[in-house]
Amino acid sequence: MAELATSKIDTSENWNGGVSPFKVGYGKIMMWFFLLSDALTFGGFLVSLGFMRYSAQEAWPIGEETFNGLPFLGSGHPLFYVAFMTFLLILSSVTMVLAVEAGHRMDRKGVTKWLFATIIGGMIFVGSQAWEWSHFIHGTEFGRVELADGSLANVVEGPNGKLVFGEIKSFQVTEAGSEYKAGQLLTEKDLDLAHTWEHAVVAGHIHGNSIHLSDGSIATINKEKDQNVRLVIKKEGGKYERGQVIDGEDAIKQYYGAFNDGTPTKVTYGANMKTNEYGPKVYANLFFFITGFHGFHVSIGIILNIIIFINVLKGTYEKRNHYEMIEKSGLYWHFVDLVWVFVFTFFYLI
Amino acid sequence: MLRDDIYEYAVDHKHGETEGKKIRKKIYLVTIILSVITTVEVILGMYIKNDGSLTWQSIKTLFILLTVVKAGYIVMVFMHMNDEHRHLRKLILFSYYLFILDLTILLLHEGWVYGHVLQTYGAY
Repeated sequence: MAELATSKIDTSENWNGGVSPFKVGYGKIMMWFFLLSDALTFGGFLVSLGFMRYSAQEAWPIGEETFNGLPFLGSGHPLFYVAFMTFLLILSSVTMVLAVEAGHRMDRKGVTKWLFATIIGGMIFVGSQAWEWSHFIHGTEFGRVELADGSLANVVEGPNGKLVFGEIKSFQVTEAGSEYKAGQLLTEKDLDLAHTWEHAVVAGHIHGNSIHLSDGSIATINKEKDQNVRLVIKKEGGKYERGQVIDGEDAIKQYYGAFNDGTPTKVTYGANMKTNEYGPKVYANLFFFITGFHGFHVSIGIILNIIIFINVLKGTYEKRNHYEMIEKSGLYWHFVDLVWVFVFTFFYLI
Repeated sequence: MLRDDIYEYAVDHKHGETEGKKIRKKIYLVTIILSVITTVEVILGMYIKNDGSLTWQSIKTLFILLTVVKAGYIVMVFMHMNDEHRHLRKLILFSYYLFILDLTILLLHEGWVYGHVLQTYGAY
């Protein structure tokens, strides 16, 4: 392969300068220059992630605690989904390199097959990333709580089995509002209980065991008990140090004590550009920016591959007598995989 | 047939079926290597907690090393960097090292210093 890549180029094929620098085509060398600059951009982003992490004043989110959800299966599956995404991108990189190899043999059928597989892989990856974002934005059922001493704590699985957020069964209306009558039993059919609960917690509409609904009515909450709750202090306050854990009944007491006297904004659910339940605000900002920029690159790669795929079907490269275009888009596609390898390590593993 | 109204280069970058077989074998080997490394990383990530201990520190270093190994395989085999002219290889890779290595060292150190300043004097 080496001698082929560097074999002599016919003088009629040389650049205008009379020689072909580095014995590669113009398009390929320009793709390499572009990738060099793009790699520096991503390198800069990831290094700034490192800067923020080193200077952070509160605990940095732990990958296996933050990303532990699976579609349809809920939480408790640390890193499974992102591992699936990583394998998917590696496999689509493999199908791309097989397409390049088929192109070198002028095997149009092979190029068609492998390029198609690459496009499908890329699309599934972007879809997975959309799910991952949605999961990250919506957050967990418990959220992050600010305890009475000002420390910030996250809820994780306790020592005796699976963490369970007690199901909210129903709201029993005790005082009528504009919509609901006194004595009415509100179930999942009437309104999204978990969602209503989260809004009430953030707005400070929980008082003891009663909830103030948006229409002005007051209802009693029928909620099952939470199981195996453990609070981990992520940012120290007056009483608790960073990294300290609170287990059992005390954990539940501290958690509900933070907001059940009607104090608003004690619990943060999910992440956006302003708040982040998993850790420092800047973590969410960097997560959205870096994985978003990477997802944008993948999307562009899919579009390029689709254009080239149409050209393969039309036989454009057969007419040109070479498939160098597959190599160029292949370089870009492998670069996207390369970036993901680093994003995977720095966001999810360490 | 070649078109003469556009410039195309490196058109003789082709190989036959026998050599293709050899190249495919290499691709499959690298696929296996990358998959094994990723599996090891995910398993270690799942079971070893970030507790700031020495074990964690060494696992963290291992993660970075494995990532660099993976990146090396992708660049050298999948992107065919190993088959390019050695001057092109040096041009791209050394330019990257030159910028990214000192940027990494400087910014990580500065981040650490800045963190200590914040801890001592508080945010302004």
